[in-house]
Amino acid sequence: MNGDEAAFAALLETHYDRLFRLCFRLTGSKHEAEDLTQDICAALPAKLRGYRQEARFSTWLFRVAVNAAHDRRRRAQTRSRAGDGWGHWEVNRQAEIVEGAQMQDWLSGAMGLLTDDLRDTLALVLDEMSHKEAGEVLGVSEGTVSWRMSEAKKRLRAMKEKEMSA
Amino acid sequence: MSDFDDLDDLKSAMEAATPTPDAGKRAENIALAQKNFAALQGSADGQRLTFDGSKTGLIAGVRNMFNGLTTRGALTATTAMAAFGLILVVPQLVQNPTGALPIDAPRILEREAEDIDLAAVSDHVSEPAPVPAPVMEEAGMSQPAPMAPSTTRKQEAPRAAYPAAEQRQRRSVEGVLGGIVSGAPMPNSSPAMDVADGFMRQDVNTEAFPDATANPLKITSEDPVSTFSIDVDTASYAIVRSSLMAGQLPPAQAVRIEEMVNYFPYDYQAPEDALFRQTVTVTGTPWNSGTQIVHIAIQGQMPAITDRAPLNLVFLIDTSGSMNSPDKLPLLKKSLSLMLSKLTPEDKISIVAYAGSSGQVLEPTSASQSGKILDALDRLSAGGGTAGQAGLQQAYSVAAGMAQEGEITRVILATDGDFNVGISDPQALKRFIADKRESGIYLSVLGFGRGNLDDATMQALAQNGNGQAAYIDTLAEAQKVLVDQFSGALFPIANDVKIQVEFNPAQIAEYRLIGYETRILRREDFNNDRVDAGDIGAGHSVTALYEVTPVGSPAQLSDPLRYQSGQATRDNGELGFLKLRYKVPGASQSQLLETPIRAGGEVSDEMDFAMAIAGFGQLLRGENTLGNWDYPQAIALANSAKGTDEFGYRAEAVQLMRLAQSLSQN
Repeated sequence: MNGDEAAFAALLETHYDRLFRLCFRLTGSKHEAEDLTQDICAALPAKLRGYRQEARFSTWLFRVAVNAAHDRRRRAQTRSRAGDGWGHWEVNRQAEIVEGAQMQDWLSGAMGLLTDDLRDTLALVLDEMSHKEAGEVLGVSEGTVSWRMSEAKKRLRAMKEKEMSA
Repeated sequence: MSDFDDLDDLKSAMEAATPTPDAGKRAENIALAQKNFAALQGSADGQRLTFDGSKTGLIAGVRNMFNGLTTRGALTATTAMAAFGLILVVPQLVQNPTGALPIDAPRILEREAEDIDLAAVSDHVSEPAPVPAPVMEEAGMSQPAPMAPSTTRKQEAPRAAYPAAEQRQRRSVEGVLGGIVSGAPMPNSSPAMDVADGFMRQDVNTEAFPDATANPLKITSEDPVSTFSIDVDTASYAIVRSSLMAGQLPPAQAVRIEEMVNYFPYDYQAPEDALFRQTVTVTGTPWNSGTQIVHIAIQGQMPAITDRAPLNLVFLIDTSGSMNSPDKLPLLKKSLSLMLSKLTPEDKISIVAYAGSSGQVLEPTSASQSGKILDALDRLSAGGGTAGQAGLQQAYSVAAGMAQEGEITRVILATDGDFNVGISDPQALKRFIADKRESGIYLSVLGFGRGNLDDATMQALAQNGNGQAAYIDTLAEAQKVLVDQFSGALFPIANDVKIQVEFNPAQIAEYRLIGYETRILRREDFNNDRVDAGDIGAGHSVTALYEVTPVGSPAQLSDPLRYQSGQATRDNGELGFLKLRYKVPGASQSQLLETPIRAGGEVSDEMDFAMAIAGFGQLLRGENTLGNWDYPQAIALANSAKGTDEFGYRAEAVQLMRLAQSLSQN
């Protein structure tokens, strides 16, 4: 293993867990997240050549992940629209830890309520990312991220109100 | 869970729900990444070229273009492009004097790269556009490509929404739709499979051809007018050849008779002062003694080559993993280096790669710097990550930057069927290309290799871009298309050339246009200058054949009507009347040429040969209009009409007929 390879391995080690976490948030299923992470790892070395150090490595890596998730989602869409993990939560939930199940139900309901764009944005911002950074990852302006966040909040609030009245 | 303003609840719920990564998977994935990293690193030998376009704001430019387009796919592609922009560089290869490229070294790399490409990245390439089901069915794609179960749900039938005026263009749109559907590799149909290996291979034949049933017989008294656009593409003949050479009869949809006929140079009378000259000859039909052939020949003027306008050519080259076979990218490289011999120092060339490596590989460079151009070609390698889908937009933006008053600017798309060029919506793609055509940038398409060839889309794109679609299966074909017929392919002398023939019911009982199925226009489109049609290049010739049944011939298939005696309103002995419309390049108003069709005319070898090829095409399509006329007769006719055959094309056609004869007996 030469120096570059070692450096690459170290870099990936550092970012792997966070990458996986993001993958989960983008897909809403552990299974999907694992596949997505694998896809990204396989393709990363080739893509690395396009990395121009203008952005922080993590920003760049997340952008790769978001794009890969988009691709996967679209591919799944052509297979079956319900392939989306967040939509399939009820099925996946059976295999998940029973603890906190109620909370997760609510979460999946909330996430499932949002459009892909809003959900992706939310996944990034909830991961301690500033609107500016999220914008860089998504390739949209900071303003768009802020708008999407307020949109997401609006819908969640509507859901909450519905819950209360029910 | 009370206040959503700070999203804390959601955040903590998310934290709780997020699983920890599986340790085993983690190690596996990191090892996989390392392996791929080492593979790339090892063979690339430190020579790397990143997508330096970004420094000049290219990405921003492309993004602006996207904003104008606003398809969802395109918008996604923007970020994809920013993130994935990369160019794989193979070790500099020295081109040997014969022009052959040593391909072993890059191939190793490409194979590795392709694996990576296919593993995860091919998603970009392989995503089929959402397509309305009815269109797909009617487009009648013959491919047994496995269809994803619900590919077709999303957009319901734009077909119904077509305004009547767009009717004619529908076919080409369908071509695009159909093409993308069966042209792009289908995602694995079961999610389980997909997960299991994570790889998608293009083993299945995913070729797509436009569907067109043969033109029906028309009864003159009911439908005396026939209108079509000329077609100077030659792709069909080359596809037929490549199939036959591979020991298979071509699929019937791949056989477009007019393209086969127009593949050959004919020694038609050259125009004297005009842009072109039309000659109409009537002669006996080889396969039916009771009918006649109306042979329409149009010969374009050959302007002096010395004072031609400078050319700006942008090659948009598909570098997806599937291009990695000797008859694809390597042949393409050799073909383009052949073409350099026809260029002058005033001509400029630029190269943009898409699908595999991506971005501008060669900035606009004078054709005299052949060393630099050849180097850039050599650096192209197939595979290595699916990158920017924005190839087409980038190529056009480069082309727009090169264009100057009085120059001819053209984008030449070279691909094996991966049309993931940046706009996935076929309508948007069509509009984009047509818009650019209006602004003076034309598009030609060169097809390479078999297995994934998307003939339907090739046709549709070239038609919309005022360009030619050619299929290059051998270096000899490259020589023909890019060197021998270089001027015809690149210098249009007349745009939107349409032909309308009105037959005289007093003379002609029935008629049938042979070929041109994909080019039929509506009657009123003839006079509508806004309707696009085919173009004639410098020195091009175009041939069209009608089989007509004279009134009273025993070969007439339909009985005359009892109550409506088809009285001719005017019978002056003419069989019909030929009208031809064309536009001088750049003009918006068309010119009209008219010629009466009269019996007789001088029959030459050229006509006999054209008829032999038309017969050959009909045999390949399995049409039942030829009676007992079969391959032996076609071969005899073609042999008798070879003429001088300077380039040996006609001799080759006879060989193909013989091959087809043997194959059809199996």
